[in-house]
Amino acid sequence: MMFEQKTEIIFNKNVALKTFLLGIRSQEIAAHAIPGQFVMLRIGKGPDPLLRRPFSISGTRDQDLVLILYKVVGKGTALLQEKRAGEGLSVLGPLGRGFGLPDDEQVPLLVAGGIGVAPLFFLAQTIHTTNTQIMMGFGSSNEIIPVDVMGDFKIQYSISTDDGTHGHGGLVTELLATSLEKHTWHPSSLSLFSCGPKPMLKRVAEMALEHHIPCQVSIEAVMACGMGACQGCVVRSGSHETQTYQYVCKDGPVFFSHQIDWNQP
Amino acid sequence: MNHISDLRVKIGPLGLKNPVIAASGTFGYGLEFEPLLDLNLLGAFIVKGISLSPRQGNPPPRIVETPCGMLNAIGLANIGLEVFLRDKLPRLKNLDTHVIVNIYGHSVDEYGELANALKGVDGISAVEVNISCPNVAEGGMAFGTDPQVSAKVTEKVVQNTDKPVIVKLSPNVTDIRLIARAVEDAGAHAVSLINTLTGMAVDIDKRIPKLANISGGLSGPAIRPVALYMVHQVVRTVKIPVIGMGGIMDCRDALEFLIAGARAVQVGTANFVNPTATVDIISGLREYCDEQGIEDINEIIGSLLLECR
Ligand SMILES: Cc1cc2nc3c(=O)[nH]c(=O)nc-3n(C[C@H](O)[C@H](O)[C@H](O)COP(=O)(O)OP(=O)(O)OC[C@H]3O[C@@H](n4cnc5c(N)ncnc54)[C@H](O)[C@@H]3O)c2cc1C
Ligand SMILES: Cc1cc2nc3c(=O)[nH]c(=O)nc-3n(C[C@H](O)[C@H](O)[C@H](O)COP(=O)(O)O)c2cc1C
Ligand code: FES
Repeated sequence: MMFEQKTEIIFNKNVALKTFLLGIRSQEIAAHAIPGQFVMLRIGKGPDPLLRRPFSISGTRDQDLVLILYKVVGKGTALLQEKRAGEGLSVLGPLGRGFGLPDDEQVPLLVAGGIGVAPLFFLAQTIHTTNTQIMMGFGSSNEIIPVDVMGDFKIQYSISTDDGTHGHGGLVTELLATSLEKHTWHPSSLSLFSCGPKPMLKRVAEMALEHHIPCQVSIEAVMACGMGACQGCVVRSGSHETQTYQYVCKDGPVFFSHQIDWNQP
Repeated sequence: MNHISDLRVKIGPLGLKNPVIAASGTFGYGLEFEPLLDLNLLGAFIVKGISLSPRQGNPPPRIVETPCGMLNAIGLANIGLEVFLRDKLPRLKNLDTHVIVNIYGHSVDEYGELANALKGVDGISAVEVNISCPNVAEGGMAFGTDPQVSAKVTEKVVQNTDKPVIVKLSPNVTDIRLIARAVEDAGAHAVSLINTLTGMAVDIDKRIPKLANISGGLSGPAIRPVALYMVHQVVRTVKIPVIGMGGIMDCRDALEFLIAGARAVQVGTANFVNPTATVDIISGLREYCDEQGIEDINEIIGSLLLECR
């Protein structure tokens, strides 16, 4: 199910440095969205910026509110930040393949780098078990996205910052390493979910492999259509000999980490 | 008064219910758009360029946005002829619109083989010959930039098919009229233009090309004036129908091409921005004709006034 709709912006508020939480009204998208899926937003009114921009769905609320967490990085997101409640916004979605949900016995470990928290918050909201743990890494304390921006869901969380201004000083993958050492979980009782910058995902994928933990990652690619029509959004998968391309918009954006060829640029 | 305008046009032997066609490479295999629009409303749609064997395409990044446009270096990634005929075509056969297959070969003979393989195949209304894709190193460029080679490819396809042949022209040439005339003489039933304009973009921080392929094809509103003028030139050069495209986003853009003499238009990049662009343009054309009291869209086609300014 996919919809193209003119939605109303309900709010668009600053929640951390250059980071915003956008709420748009769409009963259809809220009803059909699965964690890990995304939407394409038409931000510009004219021909520049031209293409829609992809954003993960980071939650739903009250049956008709779709939440998007975004970071201002360029032309399109700078324009998006200017939009006010009451304005219209054209949305295409929900798109792509979302996360496979963990079963009841599994302990979900969520690892996020920066704005990569976006799809993982929706996942946490959906699995709704008290043993869900999320580890979040940010550059500095002013970039931290508070978990309660999404409403109140119960989740255990830990934070790292690159500059040590909050929580663990260092990388979020170090938090993951500590967590894996500290606990005596059986690997099969764990399930990893991750989203963030590629070097971080690569490290998470390596750790998943070492510890034999199933790991799903949400990855990014530049997209034109978001629906499998342009063939622009490829990522390399498989090993060198068996290498193929997968389409991030329709085969993903969620993949098992072992499907991705992490050694390619 | 409310009358219903006639939007039907003829592309050589092919009759379309309206002059709006979805462009190759921007509309997948049509099926992708089915959840959002009724494909039966379209004049026609053209599937992604098909080659004899499947192609993986170029390494990423394949796409970059540029001012009012985009560069793509997909590298003609496609599922290949066999899989297309087996998996996709059966799902397109019952549509009440024309399915046109865009073909691409590595050699003149390959074009012939492709045409031959589509001969007599039910559910395919015409063949569009891509002699202009600038992305593939094997010589995609060479076919479309040389009048003699363009003519050879056209002749080969015409000889090997029972379907109307549309030859799609490259704008990356000194004088597009020479190519248009050559393919007309070689038996093409129509020409379509323009394909993308070759370009590049540089990442100034990393000092690398933004596309892994270095160069790519520019499409979108940025190329519209160039496309329009080429259509204008070709319309005045050949007698066969001309299908115009390049940066058409809405009904007003489509009208520019029709007035300049294009018998039909193709809509490409706009499908990404507004997935219902094609059907929006069709209803826009209908409204325009109604408002202007135009009973037959053919009254508009080629109605450009040149003398009285
Ligand atoms: C499936 C998917 C889900 C995403 N979810 C989110 C999300 O929840 N929140 C969020 O803030 N961002 C998300 N992104 C990234 C977001 O799409 C880009 O940040 C956005 O398109 C940038 O637009 P811009 O016009 O501001 O930047 P531009 O001016 O276009 O570019 C600025 C910088 O952003 C990079 N960029 C551009 N497009 C993309 C892209 N599609 N993916 C990655 N980097 C890009 C460029 O390389 C450049 O370095 C997601 C991307 C994908 C593919
Ligand atoms: C992503 C993409 C893929 C394309 N693939 C093909 C193709 O396979 N065969 C072809 O003849 N043209 C292809 N084209 C060219 C378009 O059909 C069209 O000629 C061009 O984009 C100009 O029109 P537009 O500005 O409306 O997009 C492609 C264009 C884009 C943007
Ligand atoms: S973005 Fe067009 S195919 Fe994935």
